[in-house]
Amino acid sequence: MTDAAKDKAMQHSSVQDELSTPPRSQVRDIWDQFKSHRGALFGGCLFLIIVLGVVVGPFVYWNDAKFLPTGRDFIKLRDMRPIYHALWDSGAKVSWVYPLGTDNLGRDTLARLMFGGRVSLAVGMAAMVLALFLGSLIGVLAGYFKKLDGLLMRLTDLFLALPLLPMILVAAVLFREALSKAIGPEGGVFVLIVCLIGITSWMPTARIVRGDVLAIKEREFVLAARSIGTKPGSIITRHILPNVLSPIMVSATLGIATAIITESALSFLGFGFPPDFPTWGRLLNDAVDRMTLFPERVVWPGIMISLTVLSVNYLGDGLRDALDPRIRGR
Amino acid sequence: MLNFTIRRLILAVPTLLFISLVIFLLLELAPGDPMAQVPLTVPPEVKEKMREALGLGEPAPIRFWKWLVQFFWIEPQVLIDHIFGTSFSAGDLRVISWQTRSPVMDIVVQRMPQTLWVVGTAYIVAILIALPIGIYSAYRQYSWFDQLGTFVSMVGFSVPPFFSGVLVIVIFSVQLGWFPSIYDTTLVVDSWESFVKQLQQMIMPVMVLALQITAQLSRFMRASMLDNLNQDYVRTARAKGLGEYVVVMVHVLRNSMIPVVTVIALGIPSIFGGAIITEQVFKVNGIGQLLIGAIQANDLPMVQSLTFIFAVLIVLFNLIADVLYGILDPRIRYD
Repeated sequence: MTDAAKDKAMQHSSVQDELSTPPRSQVRDIWDQFKSHRGALFGGCLFLIIVLGVVVGPFVYWNDAKFLPTGRDFIKLRDMRPIYHALWDSGAKVSWVYPLGTDNLGRDTLARLMFGGRVSLAVGMAAMVLALFLGSLIGVLAGYFKKLDGLLMRLTDLFLALPLLPMILVAAVLFREALSKAIGPEGGVFVLIVCLIGITSWMPTARIVRGDVLAIKEREFVLAARSIGTKPGSIITRHILPNVLSPIMVSATLGIATAIITESALSFLGFGFPPDFPTWGRLLNDAVDRMTLFPERVVWPGIMISLTVLSVNYLGDGLRDALDPRIRGR
Repeated sequence: MLNFTIRRLILAVPTLLFISLVIFLLLELAPGDPMAQVPLTVPPEVKEKMREALGLGEPAPIRFWKWLVQFFWIEPQVLIDHIFGTSFSAGDLRVISWQTRSPVMDIVVQRMPQTLWVVGTAYIVAILIALPIGIYSAYRQYSWFDQLGTFVSMVGFSVPPFFSGVLVIVIFSVQLGWFPSIYDTTLVVDSWESFVKQLQQMIMPVMVLALQITAQLSRFMRASMLDNLNQDYVRTARAKGLGEYVVVMVHVLRNSMIPVVTVIALGIPSIFGGAIITEQVFKVNGIGQLLIGAIQANDLPMVQSLTFIFAVLIVLFNLIADVLYGILDPRIRYD
């Protein structure tokens, strides 16, 4: 996954920054504040573990998510229970080879969970990046250029007044066929869902960024930059964007959370990915019909969604405290 | 204040028109064909006739105008006829569902009570739970109660309704067998037993919806109380010798309720949206399920009308929140 590689590279460079800068750098302050927020640290670690497990897991784990047993194997391998089931039911059909059991077609649940996690997280991050890009762009433009302000903010208000979930559902159905034909069934749905979530969730970021840009624009250093003839484009990229980075980062974490929940909701309602290309929401949806017999198939994807969102929320909470200089002093 | 309200009402009209245009264009630009389900043996000229019968023969601007007229002019007349027994709308063409060939609004009116019952009860329950939690967590900031409240509301934020709903079904109706997992809308409440039954089937959906709303509201109430608890007027009230109860519950609470009331008003439309999922989980046949069914059946007039009803709710409650804020807080002057 390129996303994960990029993340890793960013972490690496920030570690190097930390080593080369003097002891009381800003990064250090932020890190100290972040560390003191126990929930945030816990959330960050948990999120990292989930991402690592989902990305590295399939390389280590011995079963394939797409493997479908046939013939006699099918009867033998289907509807396996999780291994912990043997604790209270000694006659249960369990095997150490399938730690979380198999589904009604004999596919390994843990492998599918990891595969679904990859898709869910990829959708969440891609949609977050798109929403962040749109939100920052519109926020900066509206805050910096007075002429665009009224128009862009009316647009934001209009988007906020749209009934988003119904419209996402409608668009997901109406555009699915065409996109599937153009890019392929899985890629088409991926692009469609990422675009839908991204286009419908940029508004809070835009509002926050605009507010901050309005305040920063009036500061002396921007005036100084303008007085030596810096063009608006480079004022924005060099002086304003670095200063609004902290609200953008906070809304990035919260954006991942909402994107993952929206994607799972879509898949749960049956408007998401096709059944042979599982996400956590899709796995949950598939398992609902037989949840009286096999509750674990509902519980595991649900727990994974909830844990991911919980960890990201805590992470965002901690980041907000850490990046806010007014709180950091305390 | 009246001036402001009227101005906002007038401003709401172009907003709603724009939203209806966006919804119309979304359905218009979509590459799906409503005739796709018709068998291939049907000759093209018959197909063309069927298309015209569905009102698809004319160009898009005319259809948009017709829909506007039907929705804003004819449907209100039908409502007036229904209430006062007049006959303004006799013979006018109403918005017709492609699924059932009956007027869309009639079906919506049939489905509305179920949604309103479940959503409304959940909202009231959530407010009743969230406000005391928020007040007490703020009053005892960083106590174990506050920490617990923070954690529970974080969980409430993070657990999506389609998981918490399924989870309570597994626990309470599969394992324990206390409540039915499917909401029975044909139940008529006329005796004590049927009332108990209604209560039993409402508990789980209400619980699931209320958990989410409580999580948000209690956080908001806490933050708002914290803002006010350190103000000078609180110290003045204490210095006057007022009891702690009066200080917190009368002086601080009344001031902290101002933003909370507007948040409550703003949250109502989003609850209708969230109820789409909850209704699907518990098989409540409210408007959320109607929407899902209509989308799956490619019933465009129904989808268009329902989505627009959601939009009207959002715009309306935004307006109510703005006006409420002005009424409650005399410092805010919109003029």
